[in-house]
Amino acid sequence: MSMRCLLILLIVGMLPIANLHATQSSQVTASHAWIRLLPANLPASGYVNLHNAGASAATLVSAHSAVYASVMLHQSSMDAHGMNNMTAVAQMSIPAHGSASLAPAGYHLMLGQPSHPLKPGDTVDITLDFADGSQLPVSFLLRPANAADPE
Amino acid sequence: MKRPRLARLAVLSIMLAAGLSLAACQHESPQPWQLTDIAGHMPDLALSLTDDQGKAVTAADYRGKIALLYFGYTHCPDVCPLTLAQLHVVMQKLGTAADHVRILFVSVDPTRDTPAILHAYVAAFDPRAVGLTGAAAEIEALTKRYRAAFSREPGKADGSYEVSHSSGIYIFDANGKARLLATPTDPQDKMVHDLQLLLNTGSGT
Ligand SMILES: [Cu+2]
Repeated sequence: MSMRCLLILLIVGMLPIANLHATQSSQVTASHAWIRLLPANLPASGYVNLHNAGASAATLVSAHSAVYASVMLHQSSMDAHGMNNMTAVAQMSIPAHGSASLAPAGYHLMLGQPSHPLKPGDTVDITLDFADGSQLPVSFLLRPANAADPE
Repeated sequence: MKRPRLARLAVLSIMLAAGLSLAACQHESPQPWQLTDIAGHMPDLALSLTDDQGKAVTAADYRGKIALLYFGYTHCPDVCPLTLAQLHVVMQKLGTAADHVRILFVSVDPTRDTPAILHAYVAAFDPRAVGLTGAAAEIEALTKRYRAAFSREPGKADGSYEVSHSSGIYIFDANGKARLLATPTDPQDKMVHDLQLLLNTGSGT
């Protein structure tokens, strides 16, 4: 956590000119934001497509929500032996004039400890935090556990 | 979007290569299967666990049904639900024939996965999905039996921990014989094709 803060300070400090221009969040648009809701208060996964229209890369470093007390940026991976793994990641880059996605079996927001019972069809607001301190609020649609990947 | 796709593609090509080399060993009749044929390469279905109703079960309880064996855990919000949601689509495509198929979701996290939690979990995906848990040693023996090793990373400060687990779906015929291996990256239609073939030819092979 403190490492991340140091890194942010360092980046912000080193790029004062970039900071005067567009913030990272203002260059990024979110689409197709949804959450796979699981029963029994089990942690859920949040997914979203991010497009960066800016001339410089944007870096997603964390996310937070008034509904979920715990929001973590995670990445699922599979090795050559077919072993699945899930690890916390410190950041995810959205390239300049490009896109990056949080999508099933890849990057996802791991969401735990909801403040109230949630049901499919509801929406939950989650704010994406970027490396320059800028933020992007996104509305996520709750979908049932067995929802097919709508891609 | 690009990175997971690439990773999936890489794994798919490894699986394909493995599948092809396995197929090359069997010169006889052309391969009717679209998934990886594991007949004769994996032991029969054998287990002694507790189902999500709290009932003690063995492989005999699933004789007469095609069993889709998958290892996972309920605190896995991404890959496990994705796989189970995909299996639900496969079951829907099978129509009424899906009544002859069971998804056996074996928890590799028996400490947290009680029958009650497993019941809520599997029921959210498909009515023909069964959650199985049991003694840690029993589950470990089962994963070893199918070379579906799993590991538990050391606990973190907040008491949480992560589990690695095999992504394969082991398909057993109605006699409990290991027949096919699918991966989550295999197109659903391949599994539908092979399950229909297994259902139509019956288990008496
Ligand atoms: Cu996760």
